[in-house]
Amino acid sequence: MNTHIVRSYDEDLKYLGNRLAAMGGHAERMVDEAVLALVNADAGLARKVIADDLFLDETQREIDDKAIVLIAKRQPMADDLREVVGAIRISADLERVGDLGKNIAKRVVAVTEGRQPLSLFRGLQALAELALNQLKDVLDVYASRSVERLVFMRDRDEQIDLMYTSLFRELLTYMMEDPRNITSCTHLLFCAKNIERIGDHATNIAETVYYVVTGEQMPIDRPKEDKSHKVVLTGEDVG
Amino acid sequence: MADTRRQEQTRRLLSLAAGRFANNRWMFGAGAAAVLGLASYAGAPKAPVFCALGFLVFAAFLAPNRPRGQRHAGQTAATDRGRLEGLSARSLAEAVGDPLIVFDRAGTAVHVNQAARSAFNATAPGLSLLMKFRAPEMQSAIERVRTGAVDNEVVDYTERVPIERVYRATVSAIGRGTGLNVVVFKDQSEARRIDRMRADFIANASHELRTPLASISGFVETLRGPARNDAVARDNFLQIMQNQTARMARLIDDLLSLSRLEMKPYLPPGATVDVRQVVESVIDSLAPLARESGVVVERNLGDQPLEARGDRDELFQVFENLLENACKYGQAGGRVVVSVEIAGGPAAEVAVTIRDFGPGIPEEHIPRVTERFYRVDVDNSRAQKGTGLGLAIVKHILTRHNGRLTIWSKPGEGAAFTVHLPAK
Ligand SMILES: Nc1ncnc2c1ncn2[C@@H]1O[C@H](COP(=O)(O)OP(=O)(O)OP(=O)(O)O)[C@@H](O)[C@H]1O
Ligand SMILES: [Mg+2]
Repeated sequence: MNTHIVRSYDEDLKYLGNRLAAMGGHAERMVDEAVLALVNADAGLARKVIADDLFLDETQREIDDKAIVLIAKRQPMADDLREVVGAIRISADLERVGDLGKNIAKRVVAVTEGRQPLSLFRGLQALAELALNQLKDVLDVYASRSVERLVFMRDRDEQIDLMYTSLFRELLTYMMEDPRNITSCTHLLFCAKNIERIGDHATNIAETVYYVVTGEQMPIDRPKEDKSHKVVLTGEDVG
Repeated sequence: MADTRRQEQTRRLLSLAAGRFANNRWMFGAGAAAVLGLASYAGAPKAPVFCALGFLVFAAFLAPNRPRGQRHAGQTAATDRGRLEGLSARSLAEAVGDPLIVFDRAGTAVHVNQAARSAFNATAPGLSLLMKFRAPEMQSAIERVRTGAVDNEVVDYTERVPIERVYRATVSAIGRGTGLNVVVFKDQSEARRIDRMRADFIANASHELRTPLASISGFVETLRGPARNDAVARDNFLQIMQNQTARMARLIDDLLSLSRLEMKPYLPPGATVDVRQVVESVIDSLAPLARESGVVVERNLGDQPLEARGDRDELFQVFENLLENACKYGQAGGRVVVSVEIAGGPAAEVAVTIRDFGPGIPEEHIPRVTERFYRVDVDNSRAQKGTGLGLAIVKHILTRHNGRLTIWSKPGEGAAFTVHLPAK
């Protein structure tokens, strides 16, 4: 056993939290840069994103190991146990976010071979901004523990789904218009799907954070409205 | 060698004496005159007089070599220093206009000043800085300063969403061994935004102006060629060209207005408006358009004033754009209802709904109508001289106001746009 690093329990927890924060920052950066690389057809930036994924993989493994040792050694109870298990779950989600970002970056070259209309990229950017906003907000809530802010998240989740559906239709139209568009539009379709899933991971994290802080499951979604349609636009600055 | 040193010493002594005598010359002169006057008047013996004069010379030589003003300044500085020491670090931090956070060795915020609270959305003491500022560069700067690896570090910190903000952050240790550190953020967004604005403006303008320009030049060509002598066609073409140039002028206005808004992401603090009054004046100003479109605008505004935080001109633009859309696209419904509501509770807000009874917006387009240049039906919007920037402007303004826009629509039954603003 490591005797000269006798850290207090709180310090151990804090260390886990800090590693998680580092993962979060990297994941946010990767998604942002991947979409930027896609929109600007920047192969160099795409390569950087792909390389950055290594950090997330490694840190996730480190968090897993540390968390397991912590549980074994200190046998935390209730609140603290939730904290540790929460860290394991959040790091798994963040690692997946990184993978999805990397996957977008890998498609940059293929997409830029065909020329796509500007409006498609605008839609993709808008979608990415929604997802990034979602991710930033849940990580901010994790930092500040103010879970009451999580209520807005549901609306945004729905909005991401709607935006994705809309983009999906638009992409399909382009493919049908001109078969030469099919290859690159398919890649864009996967990119959109990836971004939508990043939003899902953000929602997962929100649920974990809620559980860690309150000890309860996040209240279930309210029933969907009738056929009429409603969308809430907040915060994110889609230009 | 020794000789020159002695010379040097006497010279320095003499110059010192001269300086002091010069400083105290009036006092010395008056003293000497008094002694001499007294001596000659009273006819005193010589010895005490010389003694007294000697004493005066001695005193003048020893008297402090400082003019009065300087002495006075010294005294105030001393009392100021006393007051400065009594000043709490907290009130000092509050007085700083830039966001500033004091944090301890563990990276936990100890004090967050007012500017930081509003810029970073309430970061209370106890917050872990590493968790809040997750950008990799910030992480390493905070880490290195808090572990004492470096005394200070300057990094660029960027937040991309919800509004792009760029800061130059200086992280530094406070004093020696206090265990406290401070990070100060200098807002650099403006410079970045100006660059971005230029690039965006050019890209958008050139993209959107190309189509109308192409059509105008096509018509000019036809007018000079085949249609040269066709009076009917000429009139017709000139009308189209006029419409196109009007649209281009509007497009440029809208783009400029959007760019200007993007330049200043924050709302000047403290401004409040009476939302009801703004809505009333928008309805009045759009009365001609409503009449022209055959739309009746119904007001459901109540009669007490509704205070909200915000900028009057910008909110005017918001309601103007929404009402204009309702009249243009909801024309078929024949009426538009504008209503105001207050939602109480912890997050009190003012909600203004503009409801039309036109064809509505198809579901798949709703999430996207606030994108720049997004038009559900390009031909219809062109016919209405739309540029596709109206809702983008609305959304941008509301983001600045910490507000929200909700869009409801049911095909065939119309659309409702609701603006939510935090109440005063
Ligand atoms: N009340 C409404 N009913 C139906 N469709 C609407 C309504 N309001 C907006 N839209 C649709 O949303 C699109 C975007 O509106 P927006 O106000 O941003 O642009 P615009 O009206 O075309 O141009 P501008 O307002 O700059 O003149 C419109 O083209 C229209 O298709
Ligand atoms: Mg409009």
